[in-house]
Amino acid sequence: MPSNSNGEKASLGLKLGALAGLLFLYVPLLIIFLYAFTTDETTYTFPPPGLTTKWFGVALGRVDLWRALALSMQVAAVATVAALILGTLAAAAVYRSNFFGREAISFMLVLPIALPGIVTGIALRSAIGTIGIPFSFWTIVIGHATFCVVVVYNNVLARFRRTSGSQMEASMDLGANSFQTFFHVVLPNISTALLAGGMLAFALSFDEVIVTTFTAGQQSTLPIWIFSQLTRPRDRPVTNVVAMFVILITFLPIFFAQKISAEASDVEGK
Amino acid sequence: MLTRVSTYLYQRPRLILFLLLGPPMIYFLVVYLGSLIALLLNSFYYLEEFTGLVVREFTLETYGELFTPSNLGIFLRTAGMAAAVTVADALIAFPLAYYIAKFASPRARTWLYIAVTLPLWSSYLVRVYAWKLILAKEGIVSWFFEALRIDFALDWILSIPSIGGSSLSLSPIGMFIAFAYIWLPYMIVPIQTALERVPKSLLEASGDLGAKPAQTFRKIILPLAFPGVVAGSIFTFSLTLGDFIVPQSLGNSRYFIGQAVYAHQGTSGNIPLAAAFTMGPVVIMLAYLLIARKLGAFDAL
Amino acid sequence: MKLSAPAIQFEKVSRYFGEVKAVDAVDLEIRDGEFFSMLGPSGSGKTTCLRMIAGFDRPTSGRIILYGQDVSTLPPYERDVNTVFQDYALFPHMTVGENVAYGLMIRKVAKAEQMKRMEEMLDLVQLAGYAARKPSQLSGGQRQRVALARALINHPKVLLLDEPLGALDLKLRQQMQVELKAIQKRVGITFIFVTHDQEEALTMSDRIAVFRDGKIEQIGSPADVYERPATPFVAGFVGTSNLVSGDMAARITGDAQTFSVRPEKIHLAAPGQTVANDAYSADGVIRDVVYLGLFTRYLVELDGGGDLVVVEQNLKSTSMDVLKARGRAVRLLWNRDHISRVGG
Repeated sequence: MPSNSNGEKASLGLKLGALAGLLFLYVPLLIIFLYAFTTDETTYTFPPPGLTTKWFGVALGRVDLWRALALSMQVAAVATVAALILGTLAAAAVYRSNFFGREAISFMLVLPIALPGIVTGIALRSAIGTIGIPFSFWTIVIGHATFCVVVVYNNVLARFRRTSGSQMEASMDLGANSFQTFFHVVLPNISTALLAGGMLAFALSFDEVIVTTFTAGQQSTLPIWIFSQLTRPRDRPVTNVVAMFVILITFLPIFFAQKISAEASDVEGK
Repeated sequence: MLTRVSTYLYQRPRLILFLLLGPPMIYFLVVYLGSLIALLLNSFYYLEEFTGLVVREFTLETYGELFTPSNLGIFLRTAGMAAAVTVADALIAFPLAYYIAKFASPRARTWLYIAVTLPLWSSYLVRVYAWKLILAKEGIVSWFFEALRIDFALDWILSIPSIGGSSLSLSPIGMFIAFAYIWLPYMIVPIQTALERVPKSLLEASGDLGAKPAQTFRKIILPLAFPGVVAGSIFTFSLTLGDFIVPQSLGNSRYFIGQAVYAHQGTSGNIPLAAAFTMGPVVIMLAYLLIARKLGAFDAL
Repeated sequence: MKLSAPAIQFEKVSRYFGEVKAVDAVDLEIRDGEFFSMLGPSGSGKTTCLRMIAGFDRPTSGRIILYGQDVSTLPPYERDVNTVFQDYALFPHMTVGENVAYGLMIRKVAKAEQMKRMEEMLDLVQLAGYAARKPSQLSGGQRQRVALARALINHPKVLLLDEPLGALDLKLRQQMQVELKAIQKRVGITFIFVTHDQEEALTMSDRIAVFRDGKIEQIGSPADVYERPATPFVAGFVGTSNLVSGDMAARITGDAQTFSVRPEKIHLAAPGQTVANDAYSADGVIRDVVYLGLFTRYLVELDGGGDLVVVEQNLKSTSMDVLKARGRAVRLLWNRDHISRVGG
């Protein structure tokens, strides 16, 4: 257990500064929650003239919202599965051998999140346009998978490195072939890393808008729906409700993913 | 049967590597790098004005268009915003990162870390939207200024030509606040990581040698946290350069790089010009990364 | 399979990692049923040899023969060899019982039989009743026993042990040394034991191979290796030893060839003491004395230059007595049989 007892306490100024940073991060989100209940339909008046829950019902009845949500879910699910497969394969390859260029592979996988999203977006758009593939569900998925792979890759590779390599050797030593070793030893060991990586990838995809605006055709994912409301607000109360819903639906998987990772490193520290 | 396959593979380690690496590499080399290369190629083509079609002939003409005064203005405006956002984030992030790294109890540290990274991973768009609400003319900030009867101060800020606007939610200063807000976690995490690597014994040694806490902070902690700040600035800078959501939502009619790219590829179908525009942030970021590496930022990532 | 067939044979086995020759043309024969130790400093190639026997690593050239069968390229799961790992490599997501029964589960042995044999094995390593625990709930010594039980359950022809006692504290290590040896006698399996601890190797082994830079310097019984080291390296690595060469060697033995003599074989005598026919002698002055409780170590500077380390048990002397010896002139005497001519 790392001790934090520096012998000295944080000064009041530092505590206030830290608290200010934390409030800056979270108060705006609370304000969204507040606005989800406002009776104000046409402006963002503060304080809200009155409170109501009727917009939740209105939002529930909006078919365009449901369609956008369904599309986002489907895209995120497929992109996550692709990321799980590709990310795990890449992590296994990098972990098990010291081949030339493994640094280059890590670098290449990180590029889609290191470069501004607009670069990935326009690059994919011009490539898709050049080849002449119609923009569709699958072009969105292709875009999302590029930046989701690295999340799974990082999580799984970290877990591989934390797992004693001799466990796999021990399994084969005791008579298990590579496939049996994978199912009995490797998979149970990386399962929580897959879960954490998968949830992060899902949240990332579910939330993505920049690349999506370039790779989507006429379809509208939930973020694209929100973006259209940002530039041309038409349904303010419904947007408020959707915003709150998005916060909740993306915070949960990320929260659990982070918990899993934190617990995994705790176990290792014992 | 499976055992036979397993043994066959076992005796051919290179084949296993190939099988593992194949799918992800095919995907990334073909889809991703292929696209980036296509983008680069496109930036050397040009758009025929009359037909509105892309002509696939090598030319530097498109790059030349970047150097018109209005386009240079876009680059300067965006880079200036990125720099301002980076500085602001470093200042806001430092106390929180320092507190998490050096003073929080292990339990509190885990929770604070999650609290910081939650917004890093999610709700990007919604968090921009939050500022649309907060900064609106009739929103909470205006209300606050009025409640304190200092709304003249807000009006005065908004009247400054280059950063003001009709309301906070349609002004560079509003964009600046929103940018600083959404990229803040990207600054906190690297600074925290850098500070956590400073061994406690170093601080004790400094105190032992007679340094007052303030001196230790200035002479030991700040220099050692600096690579973390630089690492964080890579994100804040890069993300601001490439963003078009915030300028589109909170900005005025004066374009940022992201908007220019979006507009050129979208309405006019001028993919070559859009591609050339994206090379701007790419080149700026490559230069930035080279400097950052000199400053030791990569160890803090 | 003949009973007399060697358990393991290495035929000119080499393993290169790039330019580094981890194992360099090693020939080796390990007998059926013996407790064989591979001793050497880290990086000497002993662990690589073990890993090649297990199948985790493959020779760059040469053949490894297990009871007459060439296994050089067989994967680990096709070799009748099991391993106790240095870090134990217990599966953290399985109970102790599941860990021990893993080999049987893979072989699809009937559940009841698995249970029975698993419990027998836990009995053997004195962990009866621990089957339901998780490895994380065990102490280091207990994990070590689980690893041993897991490796023995398949009744391998050869058991490999890769520095299995390295992580244990001294008391526990000594206890496990005795137990390991007892278990080996009971199961009658060939044990190959890798260690860098010479005392451990001397205590447990029937034979020892001393490794250095990918080659074997000497193979022999503990007594052979200790009493008659074949090379200066062995003399220095196994126990402490005085190496005497050149003029000094010539003056003492009449032959300039390098020899080694163990510090405990040398007696301190008064100057001018008569030298028996079967003894060698050297005169000098005690320069340094280190009192170590059970015995005392003297550094004696020889009159002709150079020095010898001498160890004497503190049978009668106290710390006060021995410390007074500093500066005293002495004659050193030792039996002619106690020197070992070493090459080089």
